[in-house]
Amino acid sequence: MGAGHAHPLHLDRDSRVHRLAPEVKIVATLLFTIVVVVTPREEFAAFAGYAVLIALVALLARVPAGWLLKRSTIELPFVLLAVVLPVLGHGERVDWLGMSLSVDGLHGAWNIFAKGTLGVLASLLLAATTTMRDLILGLDRLRCPTVITQIMTFMLRYVDVLIDDARRMRIARLSRGYDPRFLWQVKAFAVGVGALFLRSYERGERVYLAMLSRGYAGRMPSPVEATAPAREWALSSALPVAAAGIAVAAAVLA
Amino acid sequence: MTAALSITGLTFAYPDGRQALHGIDLTIAEGERVALLGPNGAGKTTLVLHLNGILHGGEGRVEIAGLPVTPGDRRAITEIRRRVGIVFQDPDDQLFMPTVAEDVAFGPANLGVRGPDLDDRVTEALAAVGMLEHRDQVPQHLSFGQRRRVAVATVLAMRPSLLVLDEPSSNLDPASRRELAEIIRSLPVTVLMVTHDLPYALELCPRSVILDAGRIVADAPTAGLLADRALMAGHRLELPFGFDPATVSRGV
Ligand SMILES: Nc1ncnc2c1ncn2[C@@H]1O[C@H](COP(=O)(O)OP(=O)(O)O)[C@@H](O)[C@H]1O
Ligand SMILES: [Mg+2]
Repeated sequence: MGAGHAHPLHLDRDSRVHRLAPEVKIVATLLFTIVVVVTPREEFAAFAGYAVLIALVALLARVPAGWLLKRSTIELPFVLLAVVLPVLGHGERVDWLGMSLSVDGLHGAWNIFAKGTLGVLASLLLAATTTMRDLILGLDRLRCPTVITQIMTFMLRYVDVLIDDARRMRIARLSRGYDPRFLWQVKAFAVGVGALFLRSYERGERVYLAMLSRGYAGRMPSPVEATAPAREWALSSALPVAAAGIAVAAAVLA
Repeated sequence: MTAALSITGLTFAYPDGRQALHGIDLTIAEGERVALLGPNGAGKTTLVLHLNGILHGGEGRVEIAGLPVTPGDRRAITEIRRRVGIVFQDPDDQLFMPTVAEDVAFGPANLGVRGPDLDDRVTEALAAVGMLEHRDQVPQHLSFGQRRRVAVATVLAMRPSLLVLDEPSSNLDPASRRELAEIIRSLPVTVLMVTHDLPYALELCPRSVILDAGRIVADAPTAGLLADRALMAGHRLELPFGFDPATVSRGV
C-alpha cells in the first residue's frame, strides 16, 4: 500500500473499463448481480452466458484470468458450505461414485456456487478497475448517505496511517528487546493494539479538523464535472442488459 | 483600514471545564508577520482553532478583515475558512489525498473552484513553495520538509488573507528550515506564526506576542522581547545555547 488511493484489490491498468465513471460501474455491477441472483438455479445455460459476459468484461478491462481466480478464493468458505450440502441434504437421492447424494442438496450447492462465483467475480472486476477514492466518489454521486461515504473516506486515509503507525510502534518494541515468540509478551502486543487504536482516534480528530479548516462540509469535492456522460451509462449498461437478455431467453426457451 | 485579525475579550473553556483562554485581545494589521510564543499548554493551538470557528462557545469576538467569525452561519464560516489558512503542526494530518496536486486542490474545490481555474490555483500554490515538479507524487513518499511545504501549498491554494502556521519549523533539518523561511518571507499575506523556535521568530516576525496560561502577557518587537531575559525565563521560553538576539542582524 502507501499510495493512499490504491487498495489491495485494485489493478492499476489503463483500459476502457478503468476510465469509466465510477458510478456507472457501481450501478452496472449491482444490476448484473441482481439479475444473477434472481435467475432460477435450473437455468444452467443462463449461468454459462453470464460467465461469458464476465470473461468479456475482464478481457476489455485487461484483468488477467489468473489474477481474478487467485482473488476469488475469498469465496472459498462458501464453496465448502456448497460441498457439504449434497452430502447432508434431505429428500430424493442419487448415487454417484458410490456416494448417495441429495438432489436438492446438489441444486442448492450449484445455486450457491454459481451465483456466489459470478457475484464475486463481478465485484472483483469493479474493485480491480476502480480506485478507492473513485469508489467513494461514485457512491457520493449516487447520493449514498454521507455517513457511509465519510466513513469510507476516513478508512482511505487511515489504512495507510494505521499500517505506518503499527510498523513504527513494532520497531520501537523490537528495539527494546521485545521478542514476539514468547507467549508472555503477548501482553505487550495487546497494549500495542490499544495504543494504536487511541492514537488513530486522536489522529483522526486532527485530520478531520484540518479538513474542516479547508472548507470540507461533508462531501468530497469531485475533481471533474459531476455527471457521467450518457455514452458511459450506455456502454456500461451493456453488461446488465445482456445478462437480463440471457435470463429472459433462458426462461422463454426452457 | 480594517485589521487583518481582530480578537476582543476571547475566552474559552473545554467541555471538561478546563479554562484554556482567559480574555484574549489581539489585533494584527494587514501584511504584518507576528509570532505567537508560549510554553506547552499555554493555549496557542486553542487560540488558533478559534480563528476559523472550529472552536467556539466562549465569550468575545473574532473578526477576520472585518468579517466576524459566526460558527452558526454556514455561508459566513465558509468565507472565514477561505480567508484563514491554517497549516497544522503535523503535515501528515493535513495531507490525505492520493497525489500532491489533488491534495492542494481539495481546499479550493470545497469552495467551488473547478476546471482550469482549479488547475491554476494548484500550479500557483505549488510554485510558491517550490514543489511544482512533485505535483503527481504521493504525499506520503515525500520527505518531511517537502510534506510541510505541500501542507503550506494546500492552504495557499485557498488564497487566504491570513496565514496561520502552527510550529512550522518543528522537525525540519536546517536546510529545510531555511527554505521554509524564504517561502514564508516571500508570501504577500498576513502571517501569524505559532512557534517555540525563538531564532525563527526573530528571523521572520518583527512583532511577537507571548501567551501563557490563556493570557497575553507581552506584545512587543521581537528583538526586544527576546532580549528580556527575566520575561523569557518567567514564561519558560529559552533561547538556544549561545544565541544572543542583540548580536543577530535580522533578515529582511
Ligand atoms: N480537547 C481538549 N480537552 C480538554 N483540554 C484541552 C484539550 N485540548 C487542550 N486542552 C488543554 O487546554 C490547554 C491549552 O492547550 P493548547 O491550546 O493545546 O496549548 P498549546 O498549543 O499552547 O501547547 C492545555 O492545558 C491543555 O491541556
Ligand atoms: Mg499546540
